[in-house]
Amino acid sequence: MMSYEPVIGLEVHVQMSTDSKIFCTCSNKFGSDPNTNVCPVCLGMPGVLPVLNEKVVDFTVKAGLALNCQIRNKSVFARKNYFYPDLPKAYQISQYELPICEHGHIDIELEDGTTKRIGITRIHIEEDAGKLNHEADASLVDLNRTGTPLMEIVSEPDLRSAEEAKAYLQKLKTILEYVEVSDCNMEEGSMRCDANVSIRPDSNAPFGTRAEIKNVNSFRNVERAIKYEQKRQEKVLKEGGKIVQETRLFNADTGVTASMRGKEDAHDYRYFPDPDLVPVVLENKFIDDIKAWMPELPDAKRERFMKEYALSAIDAEFLVSVKAYAEYFESAVKAHNNPKGICNWIMGELMRRLNEKQCAINEAGIAPENLAEVVKLIDEGKISGNIAKQVFDESAETGRKPANIVAEKGLVQNSNEDELEAIVKQVLEANPAEAERYKNGEQKLQGFFMGQIMKASKGKANPGVVAPLLKKLTS
Amino acid sequence: MLGKNLKQLSEALNKKEISSAELTQFYLDRIAKYDGEIRAYNYVNPNVLDQAKAVDAKRAKGEALPAYAGIPMALKDLIIQKDMPATCSSRILEGFVPPFQGTAAGLLEDAGFLCLGKLSMDEFAMGSSNETAYYKQTRNPWDTAKVPGGSSGGSAASVAAGLTTFALGSDTGGSIRQPASLCGIVGMKPTYGRVSRFGLIAFASSLDQIGPMTSSIYDNAAVLSVIGRYDKKDSTCFNTPEADYTKYLTGDVKGMKIGVPKEYFAEGITQEVRDAVNGAIKAYEAMGCEIVEISMPHTEYAVATYYILATAEASSNLGRYDGIRFGYRAEADNLKDMYYKTRSEGFGDEVKRRIMLGTYVLSAGYYDAYYIKAQKVRTLIKQDFVQAFEKVDAIICPTSPTTAFKAGEKMNDPLQMYLSDINTISLNLYGGCGLSMPCGFDKDGMPIGVQLLGKYFDEGRLYNLAYAYEQQAKLPVMPEKLK
Repeated sequence: MMSYEPVIGLEVHVQMSTDSKIFCTCSNKFGSDPNTNVCPVCLGMPGVLPVLNEKVVDFTVKAGLALNCQIRNKSVFARKNYFYPDLPKAYQISQYELPICEHGHIDIELEDGTTKRIGITRIHIEEDAGKLNHEADASLVDLNRTGTPLMEIVSEPDLRSAEEAKAYLQKLKTILEYVEVSDCNMEEGSMRCDANVSIRPDSNAPFGTRAEIKNVNSFRNVERAIKYEQKRQEKVLKEGGKIVQETRLFNADTGVTASMRGKEDAHDYRYFPDPDLVPVVLENKFIDDIKAWMPELPDAKRERFMKEYALSAIDAEFLVSVKAYAEYFESAVKAHNNPKGICNWIMGELMRRLNEKQCAINEAGIAPENLAEVVKLIDEGKISGNIAKQVFDESAETGRKPANIVAEKGLVQNSNEDELEAIVKQVLEANPAEAERYKNGEQKLQGFFMGQIMKASKGKANPGVVAPLLKKLTS
Repeated sequence: MLGKNLKQLSEALNKKEISSAELTQFYLDRIAKYDGEIRAYNYVNPNVLDQAKAVDAKRAKGEALPAYAGIPMALKDLIIQKDMPATCSSRILEGFVPPFQGTAAGLLEDAGFLCLGKLSMDEFAMGSSNETAYYKQTRNPWDTAKVPGGSSGGSAASVAAGLTTFALGSDTGGSIRQPASLCGIVGMKPTYGRVSRFGLIAFASSLDQIGPMTSSIYDNAAVLSVIGRYDKKDSTCFNTPEADYTKYLTGDVKGMKIGVPKEYFAEGITQEVRDAVNGAIKAYEAMGCEIVEISMPHTEYAVATYYILATAEASSNLGRYDGIRFGYRAEADNLKDMYYKTRSEGFGDEVKRRIMLGTYVLSAGYYDAYYIKAQKVRTLIKQDFVQAFEKVDAIICPTSPTTAFKAGEKMNDPLQMYLSDINTISLNLYGGCGLSMPCGFDKDGMPIGVQLLGKYFDEGRLYNLAYAYEQQAKLPVMPEKLK
């Protein structure tokens, strides 16, 4: 049976988190009442003119440098003309022939531990359109989003699987968050993705005809949409059909892509330079100043974490995947120097809590110093791992210092051999049959006894002291 | 009150020889009396008399007032004046009242001027006779069987008929200068970037410019001094120092070099126009100017270049008239039909013709052959001017090839109509300043205009040149019967 290789390129639209819109002074806030963040300029009234928000250029150059792009000293805005009720001027101001950033790349980590370089063709600046809210008997236009600054990041067709596409998107999100240009929230639409997918018989064959998949609004759906499309195209070819160049819409409910419009219905956008705006001319100093501002980016941070904190690649990768995690980690390590222990607690208990509460790391209630203190109490043998979880939760709920919680509730671990020996004996006597089997070599019963001993000690028994005692008393 | 310039009116008001209410009523009476025939006003401001009385009250109390407090004027109906309808003489803007102030109108307001109303024009400034107007086809005050020119025909006619002190017009390919010429008044197209386009409803953004239309050079210079200010709301507005252009009006033009481009005296220019313009050239020679024959070799491509670039921009600029948010909306069962019907019923033929032309030249497969080619030719035309201004201080030529023609005469022949602008279009492609002023009359008593063209931001010099001629020629700027 013949198998095909998919060839994927992504076009990602990212809303920039500037205070005001791209060509007017309206607020760029998400979630306001319909048509409240609007003015004559973003409403496209007759007689108005756009004036570029310089912050938008600043943000795009930051993104461009973070994605290893060349920054153009001169870029030009163009009009993309089409009619739709959410587009007040009947043209979108975008960049066409001379985009602000070009020729970039990012490295993604593959499942097998290797990295792969994905080319970035270009990044250009454009304005977002408004939104239509479809009601039963009418469609209502909300123009709050009109004029939200966007950057469109176009990748080379370098991706070869749905998993790679997802990894690319996640890496992109991480980097853009690092340079603080967007919150990249796919569910809220501040990061949107169109995927160009084609397949070919083998990696030396020329590219096949591609379909553009629109309306993919989560990382999971990007993977689903591409996988579906890949299968669909394979089926068409295997049945002797031909792939047609078209735009397809992904339906998240059914997981299916459906044809939206064919090549013959493709819009002729009639791009031409916008005569209302002058070219964006960037001095080298402007670009150099932004270079000097750039924070440490995820790849560099990961290398440093592995070197400086002796973390594994997987641990370091996890910590740098979200800027706030990495910052949290380093603050905690400053308070208690056990990087591996702190990393484990972030990946374990803290992540569990974030999932449970559906909140961000800075909203979890536990300051990095407090998490560090929990790890420190374990390291000093003062509390057991089980007690530690209890202390962690309480500290997170109340904001109190873990050491205070431990002292007040008498949760300090019991390492007293005499006291513990008495408890072990008591447990062995209470379970004679199991004790006999354990003595005869049934090793798996160790867990059972450790559990019973912990229970009898109200969780305070130091396992490091109990284990040898159990061995001694059963041999 | 007719015949007084803005300085004299301002003095008369300050000395309380007249009140603003009297002055305003004077113009309102004239509008009532003559505008039925002239048809210049799309809209007369119902509050203007009250506004004038309020100025008088302030003046009576001795409050500090701006220079032109209480002097009425009028605006071409594509210049936004807050809370007054702005129709562009198009059905598609029916009912649209802008909720914001345009920069030019705001500057006039700050200087104390009152807005009498909004003036008719060719629909969306597309036309050379004011006949494409949906509401009122303005007529020429010198002969109401004839057109006033266009597209600022209402502005030119209202000034020539004494229905306002002055008016603002806009010029994309000659729309200030050609009607100024046909109505025998003074019209200036300032340098592109001199006057903010914020509040100017766009026809072709890279060519459009607001300018004053007046009955004297002095008034023209005075008005440009008010509106020619840097505005950060227009990215194409230049940040040049503020200037008082009336200070340039010395009348001393001795030693100035004036170029006469032979291409501007081509076939199609009537003998009467040639003679009158040659008369002006002789007058300059007599005043001590050096007259130099020059060549602008790419002039013959100007009309074609203009009709590609201007229509391309217009096809995009006029997309927003879709019936969704403002203006005219046709009833229909679905979105697509609503778009079709609204735009079919809302736009007139000339506007539709230009939208189609502009859409065509930007279409895939034609863009390089038309739009890009036209941009290249535009560069060549600019170079013609740059090279000419290395040799001369200003260029002189006829404004319009003919005097005002009869209404209806050219409406069925768009190409013939487009040629009305053959001598004005190149300047917009270059971006410099240009002025038309009266230089005589034809055998039927219709005014003839002469055009002075200047380099970027050289309005001061043009005004002085024009002033020197005006002071000497002393031509009537208004028909006797309307005095």
